[in-house]
Amino acid sequence: MNTTLTYAQAFREGILEEMERNERIFILGTDLFRRGGAFLHTKGFGDIFGAERIRDTPISESAITAAAVGAALNGMRPIAELSFIDVSFGAMDEIINQAAKYRYMLGVPVPVVLRLSIGAARYGAQHNNDCEAWFPHTPGLLVVMPATPSDAKGMIKTALRGDDPVMFLMHKRLGGLRGEVGGPDDLVPYGVGHVARTGTDVTIVAYSIAVGMAQKAAEELAAEGIDAEVIDLRSLMPLDYELIEASVRKTGRVVLVSEAPRFGGYMAEVAASIQESVFNYLDAPIQRVGALHSPIPHSPVMLDAVVPQVLDVVRAAKIVMGR
Amino acid sequence: MTAPSFLDVTSERLEPIETGGISTDQLLEWLETMVLIREFETKANAMSFNGRIPGGIHTSIGQEAIAVGSIRALAPEDLVVGSHRTHHHALAKGLNANSVMAELYGRATGIRGGRGGTIHLADWDRGYIGGNGIVGASVGIATGTALASKMRGLDQVSVAYFGDGAINTGRTLEAFNLAAIWHLPVIFICENNQYAVEARVEDVTAGGSIVERARTFGLHALKIDGNDVGSMFQATQEARRRAVAGESPTFLEAVTYRYEGHSTAEDISWRPQAELEAWQTTKDPIARLRSDLARQGAITDDGYAALRTRVAAQVDDAIQFAEDSPQPETSEEALLAEVTGMRLNIRTNA
Repeated sequence: MNTTLTYAQAFREGILEEMERNERIFILGTDLFRRGGAFLHTKGFGDIFGAERIRDTPISESAITAAAVGAALNGMRPIAELSFIDVSFGAMDEIINQAAKYRYMLGVPVPVVLRLSIGAARYGAQHNNDCEAWFPHTPGLLVVMPATPSDAKGMIKTALRGDDPVMFLMHKRLGGLRGEVGGPDDLVPYGVGHVARTGTDVTIVAYSIAVGMAQKAAEELAAEGIDAEVIDLRSLMPLDYELIEASVRKTGRVVLVSEAPRFGGYMAEVAASIQESVFNYLDAPIQRVGALHSPIPHSPVMLDAVVPQVLDVVRAAKIVMGR
Repeated sequence: MTAPSFLDVTSERLEPIETGGISTDQLLEWLETMVLIREFETKANAMSFNGRIPGGIHTSIGQEAIAVGSIRALAPEDLVVGSHRTHHHALAKGLNANSVMAELYGRATGIRGGRGGTIHLADWDRGYIGGNGIVGASVGIATGTALASKMRGLDQVSVAYFGDGAINTGRTLEAFNLAAIWHLPVIFICENNQYAVEARVEDVTAGGSIVERARTFGLHALKIDGNDVGSMFQATQEARRRAVAGESPTFLEAVTYRYEGHSTAEDISWRPQAELEAWQTTKDPIARLRSDLARQGAITDDGYAALRTRVAAQVDDAIQFAEDSPQPETSEEALLAEVTGMRLNIRTNA
């Protein structure tokens, strides 16, 4: 079954199907019942599932997350709707010390989903952190960043049928992206990347919003006779090492793209893993494309100058191609 | 025996509570468990000090009545979340002394196979979710387990233990609010042992009263004598009844005193000179229960000596068990076994 939905609609459909399938799933967060949450993902769910399962909370990120973890320990499957990842920092202990640690501390599953919107958009410095690299560094968490409607649906379904705490990070500017999605039982496995475009000259690795940027760059590069392969990691923890390595063996040249600040970013781990395993296949030093080390500005002109653009990816690809 | 009057007391009074309605056999079991906790911690503390137990431990010596009195008022399937100071909760919830001691030693036979230690004792099968190393975090976790109990329609309550220090961290107050607006089947037990690490409660707590602060959240808040095991039992029994009935959650400020420093070998010489001695000589929870039982003719001096000997042997056995136990496996597979359910493909050192 294939239909065309936006990224946000696909995510919503994934939750809807899983909630109909499993009555232990419920959502807690602010303004869910009537408003549908800050990103309207659950608009209308109040009428379908009622106030017990579409559970409005005060603006208490710590209590929302702790309650979700506790409920997960005791047989429920909560989705903590934490809206902007930036506001989840008030629940950082509950994410890092509770959600991530309870299986280790107690020996029982912690099937909790923490849904957060991430990435650079409007509203300035405190609503736009690209901080995904913090979380795969923490043992105990799975971290996924779907880039397509199909993955938004398929990956939330995987989270809701799994036994581990999942950081489900959705880029704010992907909400309107359209695409085909899978059916009720089309789950997207974690730790399996996706080749978004095949090519032979250079491997461009990306995730989340940067996948689209990499695809546009690949089109521009094609016009100049460079055949780029684009890999969408989809999940940051676990990481699909094998897919990256197979591509690097083929192309010998690598560009790593993320919207996040380059310094200490997730792609540093990817670069390190490539040189550990397929160093001898590299024909040029790996290039990383990321944001300047700056908070996100309000001015659209400044914003575009801080976060990477298609042109930056094209330039990096040409550098590794020696052109 | 008179009916319990402590449920009516105004918050600032501390009165000895009659232990009415509880059988002598029950009281003797409580006494033995309290003595076990003290003996266990006293000897474990020595083993921590001499290095046999890796690292320091947090003892609850002086606070035994809180764990025993409250946990004896619970059903076996009720859930308990402890604080960083949690040996007394573990032993009162029925964890085996051998497996707790072996956990402190970090051995394979420990209740968490050496992963946990003094803070992270835990046993899901006994409804003991374990200690929590983050001050106040037990409150949110118990709120969540109680939410699940309510949504699943279980006659199960959750209990969070935490210290007076936890009353000043934001996460505690967020969870109070959430539990109160949702009328969750949860009981919050604040073990006010007078010191947050070593900061005196009155120096760091605005407003002059912990229980009054809790009351403003709509919790059914009571201040009780945490060194009186009967008070703890009866207050928890009533709190459990309220929880299962869907009434507002109960907050108990259990007033007590920690005899030892925050953790092993802490200097507490700066505390007021007579303070520790006054609590030990006039309010000790074990001495009080023992003298209550002696007055009733339920235990003789010889009987108590026999109990002490029995408990000492049990703790010595636990130490021997821990000393004789193997170290945990350290293969990569064993180390990663309980990190996630999904098997991860993380690459490691060559």
